[in-house]
Formats: sequence, structure tokens, C-alpha cells
Amino acid sequence: MEFDLSLLLNGIVSGLLLGGLYAVAASGLAVSFGMLDIVNIAHPALMVAAAFLVVAVGGAIGLDPLLCAVLLSPVFYLIGVGIYTFYNRFFERRGDEALQGLAFFFGVMFIIEVGLVMAFGPEQRFLDPSYAFTTWRIGEIDLPLRMLIPALFGLLAIGLLYLFLHRSFIGLAIAAVAQDAEALRLLAIDPVKIKRLAFGVSAMLACIAGGALIVVQPVEPSSGQIFIGRVFAICIMGGMASLSGAIAAAFLFGVVENVTATFFGPSWAPAVAFGWLLLVLAFRPQGLFGRAA
Amino acid sequence: MTGLLRRDLGRLAAAAAAVPATARAQSGPPLRIGYSMSLSGGLAANGRSSLLAHKIWAEDVNAKGGILGRQVDLVYYDDQSNPGQVPALYTKLLDVDKVEMVTSPYATVMIAPSMPVVMQRQMTYVSLFGSGTNETFKYDRYFSINVGGDDIKGTYASGFMEVIGMLPTPARSISILAVDNEFAQKAAESMRHFARQKGLRIVYDRSYPPTTVDFTPTLRAIQATKPDVVFFASYPSDSIGILRAMSELRFSAPLVGGGMIGPQIAAVQAQLGPILNNLVSWDVYSPEPTMDFPGIKEFQQKYRARAAAEQVDLLGNYLQPFAYAQMQVVEQALKRVGKVDQAALAADMHAHTFDTVVGPLKFSALGEWVEPRNLFVQFQGITDGDLEKYKRPGTKVILAPAKYKSGTLRTPFGQGG
Amino acid sequence: MSATTLTDLRGADRIRHLPFWLGAVGVALAVFLALRLIGNEYGYYAGYFVLQYVVLASAWNILGGYAGYVNFGAAGFLAAGAYTAIVVRKAFGFDLIPGIFCAAVVTGLLGLGTGYLTLRLRGVYFSIATLCLAVVLQTLVVNWDYVGGSRGAYVIRPMTIPPFASYGEYIFLVMLVLAVITVGIARTVEVSRLGRGLQAIRDNERAAEAVGVPTLRLKLMATALCGALMGVAGAPLPYYSGYLNPDAAFSLAFAVNAIAMPLIGGAGTWAGPVIGAVLLASLQQAATVTISSALNLWIVGWILVIFVTIAPRGILGWFGKR
Repeated sequence: MEFDLSLLLNGIVSGLLLGGLYAVAASGLAVSFGMLDIVNIAHPALMVAAAFLVVAVGGAIGLDPLLCAVLLSPVFYLIGVGIYTFYNRFFERRGDEALQGLAFFFGVMFIIEVGLVMAFGPEQRFLDPSYAFTTWRIGEIDLPLRMLIPALFGLLAIGLLYLFLHRSFIGLAIAAVAQDAEALRLLAIDPVKIKRLAFGVSAMLACIAGGALIVVQPVEPSSGQIFIGRVFAICIMGGMASLSGAIAAAFLFGVVENVTATFFGPSWAPAVAFGWLLLVLAFRPQGLFGRAA
Repeated sequence: MTGLLRRDLGRLAAAAAAVPATARAQSGPPLRIGYSMSLSGGLAANGRSSLLAHKIWAEDVNAKGGILGRQVDLVYYDDQSNPGQVPALYTKLLDVDKVEMVTSPYATVMIAPSMPVVMQRQMTYVSLFGSGTNETFKYDRYFSINVGGDDIKGTYASGFMEVIGMLPTPARSISILAVDNEFAQKAAESMRHFARQKGLRIVYDRSYPPTTVDFTPTLRAIQATKPDVVFFASYPSDSIGILRAMSELRFSAPLVGGGMIGPQIAAVQAQLGPILNNLVSWDVYSPEPTMDFPGIKEFQQKYRARAAAEQVDLLGNYLQPFAYAQMQVVEQALKRVGKVDQAALAADMHAHTFDTVVGPLKFSALGEWVEPRNLFVQFQGITDGDLEKYKRPGTKVILAPAKYKSGTLRTPFGQGG
Repeated sequence: MSATTLTDLRGADRIRHLPFWLGAVGVALAVFLALRLIGNEYGYYAGYFVLQYVVLASAWNILGGYAGYVNFGAAGFLAAGAYTAIVVRKAFGFDLIPGIFCAAVVTGLLGLGTGYLTLRLRGVYFSIATLCLAVVLQTLVVNWDYVGGSRGAYVIRPMTIPPFASYGEYIFLVMLVLAVITVGIARTVEVSRLGRGLQAIRDNERAAEAVGVPTLRLKLMATALCGALMGVAGAPLPYYSGYLNPDAAFSLAFAVNAIAMPLIGGAGTWAGPVIGAVLLASLQQAATVTISSALNLWIVGWILVIFVTIAPRGILGWFGKR
């Protein structure tokens, strides 16, 4: 494959834009998995479910997908709260997180995915916003709006999340509960309530990510499976509880996948990404940006 | 789903009740034809529309008194698009349900696992849209309803080469991109073969896995090689992704298309709309005057009346008439032979030409069509995603083979939208 | 303290092994003869489907139920076994039985490798690694032309194998033998020192390490064994269908069932996966030929969630045994 600078530049730029999508997809997991230590493998399934709902609702009332996702996010907040309450009652309290809890999330993921197939059929769905086919050009570099806008939107959402976690009282409590639940109790704050709220926020982020996803590419019920490995890989590579680490890892991930696809063909891209994760787990399990445990 | 099964039983019961008493009195026990079909999973879209075509056929046949005086009964199971389910389902059909005839599931990946079971019972087997399945098994009672013929590599891309020859400026270079599955790889192999024969320079030649969603990096790489002809062999979801990415990249070339599955399907045509303009794609049928076969208009009318309710392809321009033809072959052979004798039926199918809604069909020794019919059509004059125009000639103009040609090539493909 | 007690127990164990094996062989023989009497092929094909899951679930349980390490990539190991059988057949002409042995070796090494890379970390990292492994394996197979890539591979098998009535009967019998062996191994592990060590790891890994249980070594043994047996479950699959493609081999149904069956039956002991597999697989096979749709698979997901919620120790736990 001849080396072409503009190809490389475009590969990197579209990789960064894709990374923006991966970042918002992983951010919810950074909260639930990174901070609360809940292995929510159903997170990508929630994202895909949100994408389908955005198609259904946005298509019906003619609203832009990203705005639609914002409108739907309170619904997903409640779903998240509901799931966590159930999980806490039946698994955390019994100390069954490791096996039964994990299986629970696996079952939830499965139910969501097959449920989507039954409700919407197995085919792809799409919802084009008004800017779907516009591309800005800066010299040799293409910036398709269908990737740029969701990436910016996603980064905005993550920015708000960051402010929430570091400036608001509840946000700080969430960070605290990850480190020391006992201390919170001593301050008369119920850790379960905090976790419930955090999980709700994580589900909201899944909803936003779903809206972004449907703008970038069409979705089908099994799309979630491709994302499971990716979002967990990004969280782990980013060093678990670190939101900025996850974002950096997401961008890196997107660039590596895209550049591989450009120069070596698309068939190897998935293996490269996940193979990389396996190596990280083997040799630097605290992630590329995390601190050693 | 459950509803589907109950609805079918209801309809069959109503149909049975509606058959006049005299016909009922003459008829013997119902003639049961068994098969599995993908009613859920990845292949469900085509599977369910094929099932509708089969049901329409069964109703047509039963209204005229059935076959050999017996009412036809379709016994089918959902194989969930999972090849692992197929052997068990076919042994159940043959050993427990004791059906007298079997036909195949839809698509190569589902037909292949049924072959050992069918061969063991020496059943005459008419299959739907399998690609090269019998090359491995060499079963002499296998008959394929698929346009490919025996030698896909040697014949598939010949039509596309004809279209390349229609370009005003002779083409010098070609790019090839194919999804990694049986049909697409064979199509690409054929294109490579013809390209080398005619001295076209192959400037890009790669495959991609079926799970690929983002085609922009790949297409940019192809765009960088500036090919005159861009050949794709892809499946519906990828075809959509590829064409949208091409539109976004404002990728233009004198001739774009190839073995793309997807543009034949109503939902895809609705979604892509004008992006399809000037695409030259493989097809099996177009409502052009050169393809007005007996019975196809009536079939499509009946099909379209029910398609929306059954949530299947709204146009019936793709494999649906072929599913109907599949059953017609079974029907005509049974009527000629006069009894359910697998050996006699196989001999009959090898010996005769069948008149079906997709034209006259004759089978080779390995069961493929003696005369392959790989159409290459061009989408012309499309302004929106409305589907009505696909019911009339002039939208999907046939460019090759010459026997069915109904229009002229427009070039180039893509001009920034 | 431990040395003498363990030796005593081992002596007692040796006596208890024989009744199990006699019972297992007896049940297997009875099942086989019953199917032979019924006489139709469908029994063998449906029976294979159930037995394949008995092997898969029992294998998964060795690591999941005994040690508490969840393997999300059961489909990956099963597919690796199936594709090993295809490769050795193509390359060396090996038939089914040698193919099974080769599959066991390859997937055992695969398990060992995955374990070595990740078992020094927390259990959840192992689980995620197994998930990623399944994706990597699928990508490798999809890109490997020798085994047919996405197009799949054919296995031309004979119609009959004397003295059996048909190929279906033969392959059912092979899977029956594999099931008896696998359950036997699972039981042997459970009552052995390895099993007790794994249980200690499941209950409290840090404490186990503190009293000198060689946790890493035991976990690696369990992962290798688990991987090998899951590969064995997959090795006959291409022979059963006559054709295999990556989608079918890496099917999500295998992954979800491998987890659901032991948990529903009761994860801590050898009998749980057998119960779970027989029940759930029979249910799914029956649903395939009646309800016949996506609903069929949806039910598995719901049953899993309901069971782990109301009966976290599975059916066996519900009835008081542990």
C-alpha cells in the first residue's frame, strides 16, 4: 500500500472523530464500572436500545436524533435507577456480584438484544439528521458532519459529566463511594442512594451515546456486541476510574482502528484493537493512563 | 413468530373450508411439502418474504384442485438463521412429520447443512438461492433456483464486462472490494478473471469482514488509486454503508457497481433514494418489457397486496418470484410424473424445461441453470426514495446480457451527490 | 492439620467413585437403547443438541462454578475446538476421534494462555479478556482462507458407519461418551484437592493465598481443563452439520447457555450443569419445533435472569443440596 500523506491524515482525523463516539459510549461505563465497580456488560445494549428508540420516536415526530436522545435521557435515568435497585437488592446485598450478578447483566443484555429483534426486526435502522450528507473540507482533510457533530456533542456531554463529578456535591460523593463507602456512611450519606444516582447517570450517558451512534452509522440489534469489547477495552486502557484516561484511550482506539483499516484493509481492524487490549491486560493492567493498583 | 403460525393455521383452515365439497371428496390425503426457513435472525427478511411467496403458490395451486387431486400443505419450521438447527429440523420433517417432499431453506449457509440429511434419504431437492452448494456434494437430485449457473467464475462478471465495454472512453483500471462470503468472493473471483483477460489493471483488491460498519477509510484508499471502474461485491448492510460513504466522500468514477446485494431490496431502495443513480448492479429481475414472463405480474400483484401486513419486502422484485418458481418446478414435475417417486421426479427435472414466472428454466447435470442469467441493471433518473417507480419499467434499466437489454449506459457515477 | 485430613478424605473418595461411574454408564446405555427402540433419526439429532450442552455447561462450571471465574467466551473455545477439527481433517486427514483429541489439546493451551495473561488480576478482568478473546478468535477465523473464512467449511462425511444404523446414531453415541467422560471429570475435580482449592479461591481468594493454597497454579489448571473440555464440545460440530461457518460456531446462544445452564442447575457441583443443560436444551429444542422464532431464545435470557434472582444457587440450591 503506497504511503499517501493525505490518506494518513484523513485516517487520523476520522479516527479521532470516531474516538469521540467511542468516548461517549465508554464514559457511562467509566462511571458504572470504573467508579462503582459494577460490571455492567449490558451498557452497550442500552446504548443500542436508545438508538432504536431514537429512530422510533425521532422518526415519528421528525426530531433531530441528538435532540431526541437528550429528550429520552430522563427515561434512561429511571431505567438505570431501576436496574441498580434490583441489582443491589438481589445481588450486592447477598454478596453474589461475582457470579450471579455478572450473569444477571449478561441476561439483561441478552433480553435487550433479542427484545429489539422481536420489536424492530433484525435489519438495520437509520435516522438521518439534516446535516447527514454535508462534509466540511479543510485542505486535504474531510470532516463529515455526520461524525463531527456527534463527536462534539458527545464531548460536550462528557464535559458536563466532568463538571458534575468534580464540582457538585453529589458528584464528589460518587467519586468518594468508589474509594470508601464506609466514610460516606459516617457522613450520614447512604452509599446505596449515591450509587443508584450514579448508575442512573451512567444509563443516561448510554442514551446520549445511542443518539450519537445512530447519526454516525445505521444500527441493528446485534450492534451492541461489537461495542462490548471496545468500551471495556477503552475503560481498562484508560485506567478504570479515570474519565480523562478513558477519553484519551477512546481517541487512541479510534485512530488505531481507522489507520489499520485504511492501510491494511478493514478485516484486521477488530483483532488489532482487541489484541492490543489483551496485551495491555497482560503487561500493564492498570491501563495506559492509570496509576498502579 | 407465534402470531404468524396461528395466523397461518387460521388461513389454511379458512382455505380448506372454502374448497368446494366435490374437490374435497376427490382429494386424497394432503400432499405435505416440508422445509425450514429463516423466519428470525439475520436472514429473516428474505426468508419471510420467500415464505409469503410459497404460501401464495400453495393457495393458487389448491384453488385449482391441488396436485394430483391432493391439497398442498406446507410444513415449515423457523431455523432462526442458525445452520446448527438445520440437520435436526430436516430429520424431524422426514422421520417424525413424515413429509413427502422437501425443499431447501434460503441461502447457501442454511442449505449446506441440510444436504447430508437430504442425500441420505435420497430426496429430490429444489433449493433457493444457494451458491455453489452442489460443487462439494455432487448430488444428482439437487436442483438450484439461482441465476448463477454451473461456472460462476467463468460467467458471472461477463455482463459487467459488457457494460465496461459500453463506456465512451475505454477503461484502463479497476478496483475490487468484496465481503468475505461465498457469493461475493465468487463474484470477485469472476471479475478478477475477466479483468485480467481484458488487460484491465487491478489497482485495489481487498476483502472485508461482514461486521464492517465504517467504510470511509477503505473507500478513501480506493479513491486514492483513481480507478475507472469500481467493483463491489457486498451484502445489504455493507452495500448501504458503502454507497452512503461514497456519496459523502463525493467519490465519482465512470462506472461503479458490481455484485452488490442490497439495491434489489425495497427497503434499501427506499433508504438510498437518489444515491443509487447510475449505479450498475447485479440483479435477477427488473420489470422491463424484456422480462415480461407469464404469470409474474399476477404473482406480484397478489404478493404486494399482502406484503405490508406481513412486514416483508414491499415490492417483490428480488427473490420472491424465484421462491414462487421453486414451488412451480416441484408442482410441474409431480404433475408430469403422476406420483411421489423421488427417483422419477429427479429424472423428470433433469430432462425437461420448466415454464415459470421467471421464464423457462432448464437444469444441468449438477442442478444449476444451464443458461445463467446474471443481469446487470442501471438505476436511472431517481429523485427520491419513493417505491412506486420500481414497479414500472425505466428505473432499473437492463444493460446486460444482450438478450434482455432495455436501455443505454449513463456515466459517470456520482457527482457530489 | 491439612495433610492427614486430606489423605483420609482421599481414601474415602476412592470408594465413592465406582458407584458414580457405574450409574453414569448405566444411564447412558439406557438413553441409547431407548432412542434405538424409537428408531427415528430425529431423536439422535435432538439428543446430540442436548448432550453438547451437557459437556459445555459442565466444562464451564469447572472454572465458573467451582472457582467463581466467569468465562464469557465459551463460544470462542467451542468454535476453536470445531475449527481445530476442521484444520486437522484438511491438513492430515484426521477423522472425528483424533480431531477431538487435537481440539482438546489446542483449546486447553488456549485456556492456559488466556489464564496466564490475566489470572494474576481480578476475576472481572479475566471475564473481559475471555470476551475479547472470542472476538479475536472470530476475526482470525473470518480472515483465514484455509478454513473457508466467512464462507464456511464443508465436511463430507459418510452416510453410514457400520455397525451403526446411521451417521446420526454414531455421532450421538460419540457425544454421549464425551458427556459421560466430561461429567465424570467434573465430579472428580470437585471431590479432589483441586476442587477444594478452587472452592477456597471462590470463597475468599486472599485468605486462600494466605494459608498457602497455590491459587495461580490451581486457576491455571482449571482454565486449561475448562478450555479443553469446551473445545471437545465443539469438535464434533462440523461433523454433525456437515458444514460450519463462523457465525454458527461463535453463536451467542453458546455463550449465554454456557452460563445459564450451570447457574440454573446449581453452580457449585457437577450435577447442576447436567440438570440445567438437560432442562434448558430440551426446552429450547422443543420450542424450536413449536413456537419456532426469536421468542425461543428470548426465553433463555428471561429464565436466566429470573433464576439468578430468586434461586441464586440454582435448582439444586432450591432443594437444599449444596
